[in-house]
Amino acid sequence: MDFSFTEEQSMLRDTVASFLQDKYDFETRRGIVKSETGWRPDYWKAFAEELGILGAPFSEDLGGLGGGATENMIVMEEFGKALVIEPYLGTVVIGGGFLKHSGYAGAADLIGKIVGGEATFAFAYAEPQARYTWRDLKTTAKKDGAGYVLNGHKAVVVGAPWASHLIVTARTGGGQRDEGGVSVFLVDKNAKGVVTRDYPTIDGLRASEVFFENVSVGADALIGAEGAGLPLVEKVIDEATAAVGAEAVGVLRKLHEGTLEYTKQRKQFGQPIAQFQVLQHRMVDMFIQVEQSVSMTYMATIKLSESDHERAKAISAAKVQIGRACKFVGQNAIQLHGGMGMTDEMAIGHYFKRATIIEGLFGSVDHHLRRYEGLSIDKAA
Amino acid sequence: MNLDFSPEELAFREEVRRFIADSYPANLRDKQMSEDSLNKEDYLAWHKILAKKGWVAPGWPTQYGGPGWTPTQKYIWSEEQARADTVPILPFGINMVSPVIYTFGSQAQKDKFLPATYNGDIWWCQGYSEPGSGSDLASVRTRAVREGDHYIVNGQKTWTTLAQFADWGFFLCRTDTEAKPQAGISFLLIDMKSPGVTVRPIITLGGEHEVNDVFLDNVKVPVENRIFDENQGWTAAKFLLAHERSGIAGVARSKRGIERIRKMATNELADDSGPLLKDPFFKRKVAELEIDLTALEFTELRTLAGEASGKGPGPESSLLKIKGTEIQQRVHELALEAAGHYGAPYFRGFPTDGDNAHPIGPDYAHETAPSYFNGRKTSIYGGSNEIQRNIIAKMVLGL
Repeated sequence: MDFSFTEEQSMLRDTVASFLQDKYDFETRRGIVKSETGWRPDYWKAFAEELGILGAPFSEDLGGLGGGATENMIVMEEFGKALVIEPYLGTVVIGGGFLKHSGYAGAADLIGKIVGGEATFAFAYAEPQARYTWRDLKTTAKKDGAGYVLNGHKAVVVGAPWASHLIVTARTGGGQRDEGGVSVFLVDKNAKGVVTRDYPTIDGLRASEVFFENVSVGADALIGAEGAGLPLVEKVIDEATAAVGAEAVGVLRKLHEGTLEYTKQRKQFGQPIAQFQVLQHRMVDMFIQVEQSVSMTYMATIKLSESDHERAKAISAAKVQIGRACKFVGQNAIQLHGGMGMTDEMAIGHYFKRATIIEGLFGSVDHHLRRYEGLSIDKAA
Repeated sequence: MNLDFSPEELAFREEVRRFIADSYPANLRDKQMSEDSLNKEDYLAWHKILAKKGWVAPGWPTQYGGPGWTPTQKYIWSEEQARADTVPILPFGINMVSPVIYTFGSQAQKDKFLPATYNGDIWWCQGYSEPGSGSDLASVRTRAVREGDHYIVNGQKTWTTLAQFADWGFFLCRTDTEAKPQAGISFLLIDMKSPGVTVRPIITLGGEHEVNDVFLDNVKVPVENRIFDENQGWTAAKFLLAHERSGIAGVARSKRGIERIRKMATNELADDSGPLLKDPFFKRKVAELEIDLTALEFTELRTLAGEASGKGPGPESSLLKIKGTEIQQRVHELALEAAGHYGAPYFRGFPTDGDNAHPIGPDYAHETAPSYFNGRKTSIYGGSNEIQRNIIAKMVLGL
């Protein structure tokens, strides 16, 4: 039993933390959110070249640092603490995940581009009607000669405005909600017929509605086996869920620390409000939620390499805990900041917004409770 | 024990419904539908129609222009407004400062302010909170120093709602620094156009400009604009806070919110591709919310019935504030949850028209996240819910 990090992993954490401390303070982030492009390509370049972190979970022969899920967890937690906007999740965790697990022919080349900061990915999986059922797809890919023609509408594709590549789920066969017939495609964002409507999101990121209007792609656009993509999609989304769990841990720690700090200095009735027992107990409950979330993030990250069934169960259990913690810690952080917590000026509200979006990302508490019930209780009964 | 409306009350409800249907401005309805933010004229349009009708101030005594309604009629009125989703009548003038003026003010003050407030010619804002005085309101430090027939006022107020539109404000100012905190406060009415008054916006989580900082720099205020005696302002302030709380349960608005969630959840699909409203998890939450709201509604009705038999709203109204705001916040939570992926897009100040062929989610989803974030204020303002619990512990339970 060992929950400690290797020397390399500790170094990775320190490297990321110190870069963000120097270059990603809250005012800088506010500037990025308000800028026209909404992200910092020069920081992305620095992540690649100065820090080398875009290769964190890739093997050394692909130019990476030789790490895996634990390295993603470390980077994402530090990113959460600084509310980093740049698309590590979409590019390294998700884009990288599909390339690593699929045996895709062009994987080595593309991973090289990710590591070098030359390729950014956005994951077009959600559809307007589908909520959290990833196999519910109206987007179609029809065979056309050697290649395919894509048609459909993908909802709230986070990071799409910055992406060079899209990873798209589409139906090559079966009915709208069948398990079979799901395929995964790699599409150049500049391909003819890819229409996007870009917009900001409430947590300071950018996203697009992506419409595929007779988009022709070659046979080499297919990632994994045709019509058998669902297990791959579930695996990568589970990895992404673990990664946003780690990001949530960073966000939650800041929400809790910020609240402790504020209540110690805010005085009412002649004393710091942190001395009121009713508020102390609230902050203790917040602390318990943060610690439970850290534990579940470790557990989920470790179990990513187990069987599909064990992995899915672990991820859903973790997301239930994390989703609840995001709500409880976030809401109470604002409450204990009083009116100040309501202002756009203070960072605390921005952590709350990100926590709120993470709460629903890759499935709400209800969704994961149901998935857990199915895997843990219904199957055992 | 009887819950039925009398034939007269039913007739009254019909009259109210008909009046709202006939008189509510269509352009206001359009604006609310499109979720454009409302300007000063929009807020006042409905106010002025009601003033003309004689219905804008149901709580006022008839001698000042109140309609003389029974508590049940007032209840029907607020239900029907929520049902029709009318623009709310802002509380600062009608429900907050006016009762203070007609209870504690001089005849000259009543004459000057009550008719103009009634008619919507004065927009009021509330100068209570300060950066150092939130829950501990009696610690206000804004200083008013008497100089002949004026006070010279210096200080800073904060969280001043819609002060950017205000003609007048009512302010708690310290006139005696030696006395106990509660004993040295005076209640001053200040013309917001006075030299030395500066209003600075505070932008809140959902991107709104609702609240402001108000800076007072050597502002000259005639002594005749003080309500009640010097150093007795706390009495008026406390009176006002009790009034502020009595309307705060927001039962009718929450009912309307739940109705909206039911509509959203009929359209949205759950994991099993059936309507979200049939989803056992979601349905359970809607049911629990409705049950909680029913309990609150009957607690409010009991309070109303008590008022009708002559008991004023007491510290029990803190219960209405706590439960009312908790329920409002759960309404926001459920709406955001129902919106799914489309809770995330954020359009304030961002052009979204012009491409109907490529829509960004359903209209009902667009405001769910800003409303959820903005709604967190309700358990903070008007005396935080922690303070309300202290009030119940002390004043109701005698602990």
